[in-house]
Amino acid sequence: MELRKDYFADVRKDGLNEIGQPRPRLDSPGHVTGKTAYFADRNFPGMLHLKMVRSPHHHARIRSIDTSEAEKHPGVVRVLTAKDVPHNIYTILILIQVGPEDETVLADGKVRWKGEAVVAVLAETERAAQEAAAKVKVDYEVLPAVFDMEEALKPGAPLVNEYHGQNYYLYDSGECRKVRFGDVEAGFAQADHILEQSYQSSPIEHAPTETTGCVVAPEGNDRFTCYTNTQAMFFTLDNASIILQMPGSKLHFVGGTVGGGFGGKVDVIVEPIAILGAKLTGRPVSFVYSREEEMQISSPRAAEKVVIKDGVMKDGRIVARKVTGYTDAGAYSRHSPYGAQKGAAHYPGPYTIPNVWIDTYCVYTNRTPSSAMRGFGVTIGDFALEVQMDKLARLIGMDPLEFRFINAYRDGDMKAHRQPTEGAALIECMQEASRAANWPVAEKYMAMSSYRKGA
Amino acid sequence: MAIRRGRGVAAINYPTGMNLGGDPTQALVHSTPTGNFMVTLSSVDLGQGMKQIMAQICAETIGVPTDRVVVDTADTDTGPHCMGTFASRGTHRAGNAVIQAAKEARQVMLEVAAEELEVNASDLETDGQGNIQVKGAPQKSISIFDVALSAHFKRGRSISGRGMFLIPRSYPEKETGAMKPSTCYAHACTVAEVEVDDETGEVTVLTVKNVFEIGRALNPKMVEQQLVGGSWMGISHALYETTEPYYPNRDHGGTDFNQYLMPGPGDLAQTEIVVLERPSADGPFGAKGPGEMCANPQIPAVANAVFDAVGVRIDTLPITPERILRALKARAAS
Repeated sequence: MELRKDYFADVRKDGLNEIGQPRPRLDSPGHVTGKTAYFADRNFPGMLHLKMVRSPHHHARIRSIDTSEAEKHPGVVRVLTAKDVPHNIYTILILIQVGPEDETVLADGKVRWKGEAVVAVLAETERAAQEAAAKVKVDYEVLPAVFDMEEALKPGAPLVNEYHGQNYYLYDSGECRKVRFGDVEAGFAQADHILEQSYQSSPIEHAPTETTGCVVAPEGNDRFTCYTNTQAMFFTLDNASIILQMPGSKLHFVGGTVGGGFGGKVDVIVEPIAILGAKLTGRPVSFVYSREEEMQISSPRAAEKVVIKDGVMKDGRIVARKVTGYTDAGAYSRHSPYGAQKGAAHYPGPYTIPNVWIDTYCVYTNRTPSSAMRGFGVTIGDFALEVQMDKLARLIGMDPLEFRFINAYRDGDMKAHRQPTEGAALIECMQEASRAANWPVAEKYMAMSSYRKGA
Repeated sequence: MAIRRGRGVAAINYPTGMNLGGDPTQALVHSTPTGNFMVTLSSVDLGQGMKQIMAQICAETIGVPTDRVVVDTADTDTGPHCMGTFASRGTHRAGNAVIQAAKEARQVMLEVAAEELEVNASDLETDGQGNIQVKGAPQKSISIFDVALSAHFKRGRSISGRGMFLIPRSYPEKETGAMKPSTCYAHACTVAEVEVDDETGEVTVLTVKNVFEIGRALNPKMVEQQLVGGSWMGISHALYETTEPYYPNRDHGGTDFNQYLMPGPGDLAQTEIVVLERPSADGPFGAKGPGEMCANPQIPAVANAVFDAVGVRIDTLPITPERILRALKARAAS
């Protein structure tokens, strides 16, 4: 790594004692010698293990659940179904007033994705819990499922989630979050070229070294200590408090070093049901995702579709950009309404474009619920935007890097969401990339600055 | 049939902190009787080194070496509220809270030192090595060890401080989308070079040159670990990863690291990182959040490089050999 201190030296105070110094991490020796304690290093006498019975169907009505054989299985202590959960229908962003509650802790009457939790089994050993889970009998009536966002948005598509009433998240702005700036149709009318392209992505896995999980211990005074690798302590505690209808003062959450998160540990999935298990049995409970659950059950990054229509002039100026973004939330909201909205704020990218039209949709399908991941709401948008930029440059016969200089935002430029640009540094990054990659651009671009003239 | 070479570029920005704000973080700082400093938080260290960075921020603000600071975090019985570690917010939000708490503690520390030295607190400075001295007369000094002892056992003062950082929540205007999503943005430009085998569709990423502008590299070694890791993750996202390779058929979804495709050590490109620092107006010592941003620009840069190499566009992620071969076949047929 090379620190290029010559850029922005006039606005930076170097020469501090501790900041800017490459101090060795105080936690590294613990990590590399295996001394660092993770949540799963907690082991309590009499600890039970929780395993989930999961839906084999993408969309089905539950006619009946028979847990009698599972309850008789040696080592089983308790079997939990929807009726055991005090406030079974929840949504995590309710804490920042993003509702409605739309997801069940344990399925109640219906499953909406393949892998949905239906019954929780608590047993003396992981093996007993797993074996007993296989003995739970669930009678399903399979329902038509919808797997594709465009299909889901068509009239007459199977309704994925009754709590929304339609297959998209209803914002205060309507069926999508909107950004309107300038007159996009006038921009297209004046453009020398129009290019409309569509981009798509697949869900991906966060792939942390440590899988999602928690260990809960009753403290004997109606308090429960939850050792967890959540990325957000109070967010998880407060959601658990709602689901369990238990005052927050009865809950004590202890984290520590987490073995990688990447956004995969903010969904509040394992903690509430494990605390409930500890409360109902009076015993410590461990609920840790297997690697298979981590990869196929925990929320992945959403599949997204991004449609970009641009109007560009022969001289390289983009004069109009219209973006329609679709985020596949899967069957439940989790963090997706937030992510889709973040996309609306991010487009049209770090470029100054006078006419912009943005619609971002959060769509429900019978897919594994997606949620936050590193670059949430932005990563796939950047893939689409920057491939589109490459196509536009080639369309008008311009060098792709020079084309970006022409459109790059600079201090003071008004963004589509009506905030003036501050602290821009895209131009300087591109200048340095030009040098580092030996990709020469015209001298006038190397002489540009993100600073506003006269400032 | 041949191995073809291409290169592609991408330039991006990325907001720091929760979209639209409204995401508070608090911090408490106090001194032990012998002048060590405890930072108490409920923020989560995901392995990226949050505790280390908070220690350095506190140490710089108080004016002591980093090894005099201990960070106690992620316990809801002791740590004040933090929204969580996500949205590239940890360093920015918690860092600002720690600075505010440490400034308050530093002020008490200087007041106690002033009483001991019989000078005005405003005439004192720290030497960064654990001593407080009179500005312009460094021979008149007292150790922070002695100041803390005095505060605890003689003067009855608590060397402590409270910190809180909150960007007020912005609500988007319904029709226009006018809003304030973030207060500062990190930036990046990446150039990727690839080789594509037009017989097998296989892509080899040869080099990735990343320029990142991150506000301030608070600890350059830790910045490097995060940026290099992110760059690798970007390549992985571009070329390898999917949990549902044949969706809507759910068969063949990876269930372990043998099945879920990611690049191995031998698949990683030669990676270069250049860091620029334009301090943000509201970042702790100017820092922005580069944690998410650093894994984004490689994806379009690789996609553009693949096109540059073989002349077909793969607009669906991941860019697999199968997709490249199908596109080459379609082009040959047309």
